[in-house]
Amino acid sequence: MNHLADSREMIEDRAALEPPPAIRIVGLSHTIGGRKVLDDINLEVPGSRFTVLLGQNGAGKTTLFSLISRLYAAQSGHIDVSGANIAKQPAFALAQMGIVFQQRALDLELTAEQNLSYHAALHGLSWRETRRRIAEELSRVGLLAEAKRRARSFSGGEMRRLEIARALLHRPSLLLCDEATVGLDIRSRTDILADVRHLVSDRGLSVLWATHLIDEVKPDDQTIILHRGRIRRMGTAQAIAAEMGVATLQEAFRKLTEAA
Amino acid sequence: MSITGWLRCFQGIVWREALRFVHQRSRFISALVRPLIWLFVFAAGFRATLGISIIPPYDTYILYDEYIVPGLIAMIQLFNGMQSSLSMVYDREMGSMRVLLTSPLPRWFLLVSKLSAGALLSLPQIYVFLLIARLYGIDLPNWGYVAVIPGLLLSGLMLGALGLLLSSLIRQLENFAGVMNFVIFPMFFASSALYPLWKVQEGSPTLRDICALNPFTYAVESIRFLLYGKIDPTSLLLVAAALVVFLALAIIAYDPSKGMLARIRGGG
Repeated sequence: MNHLADSREMIEDRAALEPPPAIRIVGLSHTIGGRKVLDDINLEVPGSRFTVLLGQNGAGKTTLFSLISRLYAAQSGHIDVSGANIAKQPAFALAQMGIVFQQRALDLELTAEQNLSYHAALHGLSWRETRRRIAEELSRVGLLAEAKRRARSFSGGEMRRLEIARALLHRPSLLLCDEATVGLDIRSRTDILADVRHLVSDRGLSVLWATHLIDEVKPDDQTIILHRGRIRRMGTAQAIAAEMGVATLQEAFRKLTEAA
Repeated sequence: MSITGWLRCFQGIVWREALRFVHQRSRFISALVRPLIWLFVFAAGFRATLGISIIPPYDTYILYDEYIVPGLIAMIQLFNGMQSSLSMVYDREMGSMRVLLTSPLPRWFLLVSKLSAGALLSLPQIYVFLLIARLYGIDLPNWGYVAVIPGLLLSGLMLGALGLLLSSLIRQLENFAGVMNFVIFPMFFASSALYPLWKVQEGSPTLRDICALNPFTYAVESIRFLLYGKIDPTSLLLVAAALVVFLALAIIAYDPSKGMLARIRGGG
């Protein structure tokens, strides 16, 4: 994918021919408090792949996530999730996605199990199904033995793993992670990143991974560079570097963010 | 989603609020201490100076302590409604409001479920208060304790909806002090909670008119009548009308396309 080639028209043309990508965004702009936080965003997040949304703090990543998860509606443009327009079919679109927010969103007084059970209820899962999936997901993230512990007593890394387990409880096809590794130690960061990558290869999950940490990007990761509310480049990390005539994504990123 | 899915969601929201309620024992105690101070100290002090003549729903002269009880019950609900508004702001800042709002169920249903949970959870506080009041000597008709339940749920929902509406307007936690000054105190004092409206009329007809415009007055009066097994249709209807207005405004405020929640601040 090339930033010039991926015009609004091309995305719309392709939409008519191919199966829907995990996310398709066309002509998305959003202003908060007089500041244009997102400016004419056109992008696609392919299915069953690990896609990185790379941008500095304040680039517009969290606003983009808030719009995709319909915390509030976009002022212009539209967002499709698995082919469903988020404004017209929010129930279907929201059922497709699991979200790990940048700010921790756990009830600290509640146990790990209770936090997950609450989420399962919000997605209408039966008690039996809830119990089964909680055991499954907690065991997958290595927290089954901690099910009865209050979230307050969890370490930062454990809280994030718990949030990932929660986000997957209703079996979404898309996982949105907003700066999920920020503030964690190296070991927790590596583990969480490896776990999420494994979900892509193992379950065929589509992942949109927002980060400002370039070392989390692999050369063949689909990468979207967002800077000051605009998409500056899209493609594999390798291709972006090659296109910019530099050796690494880090250099390409620096060039792009310094120039704009 | 099926009906059972909706019920499960409702149940989950009530259950989560109940768990939080159990964990916040200090909140329960302070919610109880507040009306008890009014009853034991304020009402006892005023007993001798304020005589209450026979007005509906009372069949006989009553002491001031007895008059003030419905107002104190409504006060418990007023504080609960505002505290749940505080918890909304807190939730929103802490992120768990996002968890609620990204459920695939319609947003109005999520908000109504949260309000219902708040109204239901005010009942144990009220009944513990009524039990202590009874031990103190406030005797109410036995079946009044049951008859009042629908009125309590209605007023709990109305005050919760007001809190919800306010939560969409409050930007930060610190502004809760403003809610105390500009919402809780005026609503409580400019109502029939502490003095009957005819008595207010004697002092200031303007203040009486203000009290008559205050939905809290009707919450207090509907509770007062039901506690004595009587129904005041006007009060019940006005509380229901206020509930519809506050709820509709809150749902509009929380609608994604209205962008109120765009105030949620995140990082990049």
